[in-house]
Amino acid sequence: MFELSPFYQELLTSLNRGLLMSIALIIPSAIGGVLIGIIAGSLRTFGDPVVKAIGDTYAAIFRGTPLVIQLFILYFGLPNIGIYLSPYVAAVVGFTLCSGAYQSEYVRGALLSIKSGQYLGAQALGFTTLQVIFWIIVPQAVRRAIHGCGNEIIYLIKYSSLAFIVTCVELTGEGKTIATEYFRFTEVFTILGLYYLGLVSLAMVILKKIEQRLYVPGFGHN
Amino acid sequence: MMTETDQILRVTDISKSFGGNTILNAVSVKLAKGEIKVLIGPSGGGKSTLLQCINCLVVPDAGAIELENETIDFRRKQDLYRLRQQVGMIFQDFNLFDHLTALDNITIALRRVKKMDKNQARQRARLELDQVGLGDKEALYPAQLSGGQKQRLAIARALAMDPKILLLDEPTSALDPTLIGEVIAVIKGLAVKGMTMIMATHQISLIYNLADEILFMENGRIVEQGPPAALLAAGNTSRSQGFCDRLNELAEVDG
Repeated sequence: MFELSPFYQELLTSLNRGLLMSIALIIPSAIGGVLIGIIAGSLRTFGDPVVKAIGDTYAAIFRGTPLVIQLFILYFGLPNIGIYLSPYVAAVVGFTLCSGAYQSEYVRGALLSIKSGQYLGAQALGFTTLQVIFWIIVPQAVRRAIHGCGNEIIYLIKYSSLAFIVTCVELTGEGKTIATEYFRFTEVFTILGLYYLGLVSLAMVILKKIEQRLYVPGFGHN
Repeated sequence: MMTETDQILRVTDISKSFGGNTILNAVSVKLAKGEIKVLIGPSGGGKSTLLQCINCLVVPDAGAIELENETIDFRRKQDLYRLRQQVGMIFQDFNLFDHLTALDNITIALRRVKKMDKNQARQRARLELDQVGLGDKEALYPAQLSGGQKQRLAIARALAMDPKILLLDEPTSALDPTLIGEVIAVIKGLAVKGMTMIMATHQISLIYNLADEILFMENGRIVEQGPPAALLAAGNTSRSQGFCDRLNELAEVDG
């Protein structure tokens, strides 16, 4: 009977624990990021100048500063003004806001690419402006944005490893701990890399399924 | 002669400028129930803008629009939405909703604007699809339809809203010549059923056969108007006559 050495047993136990934490970070951040992206992207495209300026500022700040700094401010900075976030919450909030800023850019580009005839066609039937956006423009834009949004989710899976630096021990954190303990960096980080590769591959399969589900002739490839 | 009460639509002195260019210059049109007016004239003469002003897709700078004796307040969004629900519009390039099936292209406005329930909306949509000969195409998306089928679907979509007037903006101009016939047949069918229409078109058969009155537009004004029998009478030297002669010549060259 094949048995793993104590090192590998400990490594895999830790990494599996870390994997669960990573998934617990990624899923809410990905969903939150997409939702914020759709809302912020729509407001940045259709909002009045004030709303637009707020949305643009949000995107500029979160796209324009390193995620590490955002996490530091959320975890180490906010306590100064009396807001204490747990490592997990700080990480999810940081990832969600950062991801949302990037997603809003994909969504905005997709919204702007919808032909004006689609507005005219709907307006001529008596749709209100909000109804046109909600029922006609956004459903089409989502199909145009989906490839970019999926790409951003794949980035998110990888930058979720930054949770480790605000002491939320996920996949990378667990791996780093074992690697330092045993001084076996090559094996640990190679296996760690394979875990991420597995996560990203799984995400790609899910994204492909969503793309297929949303497929409409005339959008994307046909 | 028509009386004031027969009139379903009264457009009075509407003007529209875009950045200093006057596109419409105090244009007035009156339409009686069941009447068909055809707009002709050179491109850039204001035909499209006039049609888009009538349902306030383009809000006029000045003038008045009355639908069934109710004046539209251009500043009230609710007035504009209600006007557009009652005035159907057919575009040159269809403007079908690309992400929806033929059936849902029709049901979406019935459900979201008219607040019909799903089954009612579907029933109505199927009825309209059958009317334009697309009964077997309900599950197809616009990208899977031919140009003629797209335009017939656009007509079905507009008719499902029970419009009091239908505006048609060069409904056959974007079509392959072999597909124009099927759309013309549907439009002629509407005329037989008494649909009130204003149509911008260069289709000579629509002009000759359907128009109760021809409006010749140039430089943002209606420069000539009258029944085809008068304007297009042999030997008449009207602008409309000259214009239609040229359309005829082109049609012959084409044919």
